[in-house]
Amino acid sequence: MNVTIVDYNSGNISSVINSFKEVAKNKVNIEVTSDLKKIKSSDKVVLPGQGSFKSCVDALNKINGLTDSLNEFAINNKKPLLGICVGLQMFADIGYEETETKGLGWISGKVSKIDNQGGKFKLPHIGWNQINIVKDSKIFQNIENNSHMYFVHSYEFVPNEKNVISATTDYSSNIVCSVEKENIFGTQFHPEKSDKTGLKIINNFISL
Amino acid sequence: MLKNRIIPCLDVKNGRIVKGINFVGLKDAGDPVEQAKIYSDGGADEICFLDITASNENRDTIYDVVKQTSKKCFVPLTVGGGVRSVEDISKLLNCGADKVSINTAAVENSKVVIDSSKKFGSQCIVVAIDAKKNGDKWEVFTHGGRNNSGIDTLEYAKQMEENGAGELLVTSMDRDGTQVGYDIDLMSKISSKVNIPIIASGGVGNLDHLVDGIKLGNASAVLAASIFHYGKHSIKEAKEYLDSKGIPVRI
Repeated sequence: MNVTIVDYNSGNISSVINSFKEVAKNKVNIEVTSDLKKIKSSDKVVLPGQGSFKSCVDALNKINGLTDSLNEFAINNKKPLLGICVGLQMFADIGYEETETKGLGWISGKVSKIDNQGGKFKLPHIGWNQINIVKDSKIFQNIENNSHMYFVHSYEFVPNEKNVISATTDYSSNIVCSVEKENIFGTQFHPEKSDKTGLKIINNFISL
Repeated sequence: MLKNRIIPCLDVKNGRIVKGINFVGLKDAGDPVEQAKIYSDGGADEICFLDITASNENRDTIYDVVKQTSKKCFVPLTVGGGVRSVEDISKLLNCGADKVSINTAAVENSKVVIDSSKKFGSQCIVVAIDAKKNGDKWEVFTHGGRNNSGIDTLEYAKQMEENGAGELLVTSMDRDGTQVGYDIDLMSKISSKVNIPIIASGGVGNLDHLVDGIKLGNASAVLAASIFHYGKHSIKEAKEYLDSKGIPVRI
């Protein structure tokens, strides 16, 4: 089996690579590439993302044909895709970080700044927070409710349809921190930095 | 609920831990990779390396340490010391660091923080501030505490937030190494001045100091070196103690 981590200059992805390689051992082949053919023929795709919504969308668009290939993979062929952090946020129709920017439009909704209640809550939301699992998700198999995950973000995904939400976390309000829509999965937290529990989530995704 | 973080810090010189001590089960007291793994297995919320390698020819040793550590530790890794440029930051991130802390370069050239936070995102840019009290204010020091910039720490902290820092690592030079506790006044003043999280550093001698840093200093995270490094307390003990004092921690 091939799992492809999309390398599109979206910032630092070495931790994502390390964690997937750790979990995959020698059973699964982990590719790190922006090669469209390899992405399309892959069994699973991981879409990481760091920095701003705009910078990640711009970086995706800079690689000719990449968005189309991802659409083909996830929407037409319905193969499993996991978005991490801004990778998840880009599923939205639109994001408001820096400036209004169009997303992939896979899960209708918007990405807006976390309401810090006039400075009561520090931003970025950095550190370990507990997740509240609100629906069965394949990537949460054997993950206990209220597990700790590592977060670092200032913007949140607000999906229009609430049935895609698989987990929330409490920071100033209930922030959506995980979604599942058919073959599309996303985590706002960083499973690659969330210790053994995070690696378990990665393993669940690889084992789908 | 967001948990307060405990961050053990390791001073690394020429790829080796400075002043290593033999723990049970630790094969090589000077190996930062092995020590970092023990900390992360013990529940450390993040790991921090401070590279104090003086000579340029041995600078590359830290890259190797970061590479090895990031393959074994799956909690965030912050690396600082000698970071001068956007290229240095890029290199550390590519080796597997999750955040890079910038000290002297942030004072000397504000573009480093502005450019790197734009390029890599604020989430991986930590500005480290070495502050020393002078009268009723604190001044920012650079070059490992050797040079006084004369800059007011509170103004500087605000400026760094505006420049794009995601967190501030605040070290009281008056307290560093004294084991009498954090400079609570400094921590709480900076914390109320900025909206980004602050990490308190310098002066921890016992577990109550960690409690004070969070409760009185309003720090989001507490950093300590010697109380963990010399085996006085384990990370687990520290977390259980904080928990008993009503501080939210990841256990």
